[in-house]
Amino acid sequence: MVKNIKLITVVSLVIVSFFILLKGLNKTNNYSPDLNSSKIDFNFKAKFLYSNEETTLYELINDKDFSIINIWASWCLPCRDEHSFLLNLKSLDKLNIIGINYKDNEINAKKFIKELGNPYSKIVVDPSGVNSIELGAYGVPETLLIHNKTKTILKKYIGPLDDEKLAELKMIIKNEN
Amino acid sequence: MKIKILVFTVFYLISFYNILYGANPEKVDQISKNLRCLICQGQSVYDSQSDFALSMKILIQNKIDEGKNDKQIYDFLKSKYGEWIVYDPEITKNTFLLWLLPLILFVFGAILIIRKVSIK
Repeated sequence: MVKNIKLITVVSLVIVSFFILLKGLNKTNNYSPDLNSSKIDFNFKAKFLYSNEETTLYELINDKDFSIINIWASWCLPCRDEHSFLLNLKSLDKLNIIGINYKDNEINAKKFIKELGNPYSKIVVDPSGVNSIELGAYGVPETLLIHNKTKTILKKYIGPLDDEKLAELKMIIKNEN
Repeated sequence: MKIKILVFTVFYLISFYNILYGANPEKVDQISKNLRCLICQGQSVYDSQSDFALSMKILIQNKIDEGKNDKQIYDFLKSKYGEWIVYDPEITKNTFLLWLLPLILFVFGAILIIRKVSIK
């Protein structure tokens, strides 16, 4: 009897752990952030790329219905790829595109913009990466869509934009008011 | 025997000295050791040299300079990146097993031992 109980316990433990591990196999181990929970501190200060003046995020996003905050760097290859999509978005009237230049060399950053075109209405610099952390960012490239009136994040993309994400962004901007 | 005692005493004094005057870990290190580096899996912010982790350490130092305490800094980062960033998960319906399982196993083991002893 005692032997039986032992056997049953061992077998059931093995079966349970097998299923737990099996379930874990199918789960992606990449962490994706809970978008709605991250709040933005609009008071963070940053300097402009093209002048030495300081500004706050609050001042930057004030004029239009929506803002896109795009974190980029000249040393980041995927940023090069997504640049055409940002230029595409520039044509939207309701949208204001702000660039945050992440841990970059000023000369290289200006060269990058000169070479590929400037989709941004304003560019601020983040030489230490601290401002990006305050936005809840992971790295470059990263794109946030912000509703200017409610000051909420509508969408956040980690990684470069592509056709699919571009279409989705346009859909959101078209449908929200 | 005398040599043994002597060696032991010297060893003891050295470790005492280390505890008292050894490198006092910086506050930034203490906090960053408890933070998960989100873009480099399996590392803490303290261990990592990625851009994300380096910026995070600067941010923590800034917050300390502003006079924020540990809890305020953890809460700030949790509000940005979610619960996942800290290595110390709170008890929720997803994590209760994590916290209770060791206790359950401990009690189970105690029962086994008591039964073994009382049978003898």
